[in-house]
Amino acid sequence: MKDSAASVAIPAPLETRPAAATNAVPLLIRAKPLLLALVVPLLFLVLWQLGVTWTKSRLIPPPTEVAVMMWDFAVGGIWDDAFSRTLHVHLIMSLSRVYGGFLLATMVAIPLGLLIGRVMLARQMLDPMLQMLRPIPVTAWLPLSMIIFGLGGTSAFSLVFLGAFFPILLNTVFGVRNVDPKLFEAAAMLGCQGTNVFRRVVLPAALPSIFTGLRLGHGFAWMVIVVGEMTGVPEGLGAVIMDARTLSRTDLVICGMIVIGIAGFLSDKLITLLSSRMLSWSPQHSR
Amino acid sequence: MTAPHIIEIEHLSKEFELNGTTIHALRDVNLSIAKGEFVCLIGASGCGKSTLLRIMAGFETASGGAAKMWSKPITEPGPDRGMVFQDYALFPWLTVRDNIAFGPTERSRPKNEVRDKVESFIDLVGLRKFAEAYPHQLSGGMKQRVAIARVLANDAEVVLMDEPFGALDAMTRERLQEELLEIWQRTGLTVVFVTHSIEEAIYLSDRVVVMTPAPGKIESDNPITLVRPRDVSAPDFNEIRRLLGGKLHSHHGRKAA
Ligand SMILES: Nc1ncnc2c1ncn2[C@@H]1O[C@H](COP(=O)(O)OP(=O)(O)O)[C@@H](O)[C@H]1O
Ligand SMILES: [Mg+2]
Repeated sequence: MKDSAASVAIPAPLETRPAAATNAVPLLIRAKPLLLALVVPLLFLVLWQLGVTWTKSRLIPPPTEVAVMMWDFAVGGIWDDAFSRTLHVHLIMSLSRVYGGFLLATMVAIPLGLLIGRVMLARQMLDPMLQMLRPIPVTAWLPLSMIIFGLGGTSAFSLVFLGAFFPILLNTVFGVRNVDPKLFEAAAMLGCQGTNVFRRVVLPAALPSIFTGLRLGHGFAWMVIVVGEMTGVPEGLGAVIMDARTLSRTDLVICGMIVIGIAGFLSDKLITLLSSRMLSWSPQHSR
Repeated sequence: MTAPHIIEIEHLSKEFELNGTTIHALRDVNLSIAKGEFVCLIGASGCGKSTLLRIMAGFETASGGAAKMWSKPITEPGPDRGMVFQDYALFPWLTVRDNIAFGPTERSRPKNEVRDKVESFIDLVGLRKFAEAYPHQLSGGMKQRVAIARVLANDAEVVLMDEPFGALDAMTRERLQEELLEIWQRTGLTVVFVTHSIEEAIYLSDRVVVMTPAPGKIESDNPITLVRPRDVSAPDFNEIRRLLGGKLHSHHGRKAA
């Protein structure tokens, strides 16, 4: 318990500032979570290097070669080929598809979820259809979206939308259905009626659930973008991985994977940060 | 007829269907409450106290008869009747201040009127230091203070309280009882208060309405004329306690059968 006090703000006492306590904790103890988190990745790198050296495998490049490739991919100056210094182009492309599809999914799924969760008629009309669409894996939509949108970015974008849409929708509906009925009574006796109930009760009460959906949907968006970009788009991290494989550039394949991992991780952190901000009222979420 | 009562319950009955059987939660309940009265409903669990209160609040509709406020049938919840729930039902995402401001804001009162009113009720219930706190950071007693301030800030004429202090420890309970009486005497509110503590009922109210179960109905209506502040250990207090205890328990044998 003692060391966790360094990173976790204490929610209860109102007049003491946790910041004052943090400064007093030695640096080493504060860095402990970070150090612990680094142990396994470092061990993995060592084993990878040793494994490649011992087996003399030509299939997998050692981490040192991947690091050189990454340098060239990011800032150039080593191989000077078509991929040198193109990381930002592909990353921005993938990011725009991920966030574009994700935001569009959010804008459709949340209002729809509020409606389905709260309005009987909407539930009866929409729920069966959605329940039938839901089991279809996003990848099964790929051929159809290629037929409709052709080869290219729009197809990838539409897959991201679909991948993010269902988790957000379902969690929003779940959140709305689980609002404490007492809160509706409390709002009603205070004079809150009609559409105001959505804004002042349903939405905030369902927010923890909605954020769960956003996180899941966001994870799916990153998963799906790679599949979507493997279908003949010129730019994007998925395209890089696929092209690199065709050219037998395993080091570049791995670089692409690492970039996706890091971008997805950081972008998930962003959502967690936003959620702990907006849910600071909830004892389960404030951190 | 004399001047209209603030609350009138006439031949009220309420049935629930539960798995094919009919539960008579209330049968032929008649009750009139004058403005400014403090009335306690008391009775064994299951005798329909909450149901009666919820019909007055407009959360449930009557199966027969009527509940009226100022002679107008009660059909839906409204800000003129504020409910204080046993489990508080505060909005967990709003601070103490915003919980209290919920009603006035919702009814689009002018901004500075809302602010002044909210601040004065924060002070009234002694939560100045906790104005920015969220409900999960408060003790049970503080939460119930917020719930009370929330209905008062909303200009409720009648405050309906369903075992509001039932979940609190004895000390907090006594303090809140005193505070409630003080607020009631100061504001001229009408209070309908459900409890299963005979002592609490006698300590607080002008009238103790005893209810009996299966079917839920009113057994007796007992005016309490003891002068305030009341002393729970005084002989006449104990006399009333014994009397009401007898009325309550005379029906227990039948209920257990
Ligand atoms: N929503 C409901 N559905 C079915 N039965 C109910 C419902 N609400 C209350 N009852 C029944 O009505 C009776 C009175 O309940 P209630 O008013 O809660 O009693 P009290 O508050 O005095 O304990 C009980 O038998 C209870 O089971
Ligand atoms: Mg009850």
